[in-house]
Amino acid sequence: MTKNSGYYHRDRNWHPPAYDEQYKTSITRSPNFAPLSFSTGISEETGPTFNQNILGPLDHDLIQNFAQPGELAIGPRIIVYGRVTDQDGRGIAGALVEVWQANAGGRYRHKKEGYLAPLDPNFGGCGRVITDADGNYEFRTVQPGPYPWPNRANDWRPAHIHFSVFGHAFAQRLITQMYFEGDPMIWQCPIVDTIPSKKAIKTLIAALDMDRTVPMDARAYKFDIVLRGNRQTVFENRLEGL
Amino acid sequence: MAQKIKRLNETPSQTAGPYVHIGCTPSFTGIDVYNNDLGDSMVNANTLGERISITGTVVDGAGMVLRDTMVEIWQADAAGVHNSPQETRGVADPNFTGWGRSSGNAETGQFRFDTIKPGRVASRDGRLFAPHITFWIVARGINLGLHTRMYFAEEVEANAVDPILTRIEHQNRVPTLLAQNDGKGSYRFDIILQGDNETIFFDI
Repeated sequence: MTKNSGYYHRDRNWHPPAYDEQYKTSITRSPNFAPLSFSTGISEETGPTFNQNILGPLDHDLIQNFAQPGELAIGPRIIVYGRVTDQDGRGIAGALVEVWQANAGGRYRHKKEGYLAPLDPNFGGCGRVITDADGNYEFRTVQPGPYPWPNRANDWRPAHIHFSVFGHAFAQRLITQMYFEGDPMIWQCPIVDTIPSKKAIKTLIAALDMDRTVPMDARAYKFDIVLRGNRQTVFENRLEGL
Repeated sequence: MAQKIKRLNETPSQTAGPYVHIGCTPSFTGIDVYNNDLGDSMVNANTLGERISITGTVVDGAGMVLRDTMVEIWQADAAGVHNSPQETRGVADPNFTGWGRSSGNAETGQFRFDTIKPGRVASRDGRLFAPHITFWIVARGINLGLHTRMYFAEEVEANAVDPILTRIEHQNRVPTLLAQNDGKGSYRFDIILQGDNETIFFDI
């Protein structure tokens, strides 16, 4: 019988730093002081759970979940699927995955959004799924468009889908973005570039998977997600009082 | 050469961006896809413990209140037990979720949680933490979600022996983690991202 003896420490050189001068908004939103480092305890090794019964029948289908009856969202139809695992490759069952995105023209349904590309009346832009017993998830949507944003004079976001993921522990909480294989805009984007290494960036690029494509219907992209793992020890590795 | 350790890298974080609410609190943005926004209610009529509310804002380095954040909290129940399958020390109050999520008021940026005061939780070595609530803050311009804790200013004795509060080198910054009770169960907890009175954030 093994027990969880705490989560692996987060590699802060792998994640983007808080401050990045090319991503201007981060300049006043990044703490100056070093964060206080300590090992996880029960407050971080626990986390909320989400049951399948919170899901509506169309939560995983962004093509239909905001559409009028008989209508569908406009854009290239895609399936996004993958597996949520921990750093040791163990599938994480029951992980809540929430996604949000712009429509096929690159426009978000949000009152603070002013891009001239039109809203799609049949596209809301949010979806959610819960992983199965092996950590697998899948949803259907339209491929989002790229869009310009106010940062430097001519910055564009590559096509992307935002992901919010809960594992089993609050220490695993993560928000990230998925990009699409072959998109040249990925390497122009200052938000992508906040990530220090090209190797790390590549782990955010979903692969086109023709084998999972539904012929005459939708292409498929695979996006696996890795959350923090924990030390599984056979014995207590720390004595009482130390 | 030695044997290889094959451990995967965690998926790197990216900012939640300005439209996080579309995905996490769509009802708040007027997108009527789900029945309700997750995390909008932590308690019900039967929840055990002292009812409290927590309000606050998130402030940037220029002193401006953010109006595009999402704040989540996670805490133990009144007996110090978490409502989670990973909890090893007992069974939590089934009428308390322990998890809350707030997008903040669109005009004022103020977040609000209606919850209960948590009990004390033991650390791995058996010492007791003072009552605390974990906070996690994401927004446009925040590249990796910020983790911190709210402690209770009136818990003077418990705070004085808390394994984390006592370990902080800059003791003059500890008040950034202490929420004040207005005497009627309402706590104020502002999160300062940068500059004077910058909140202590955790690498945990």
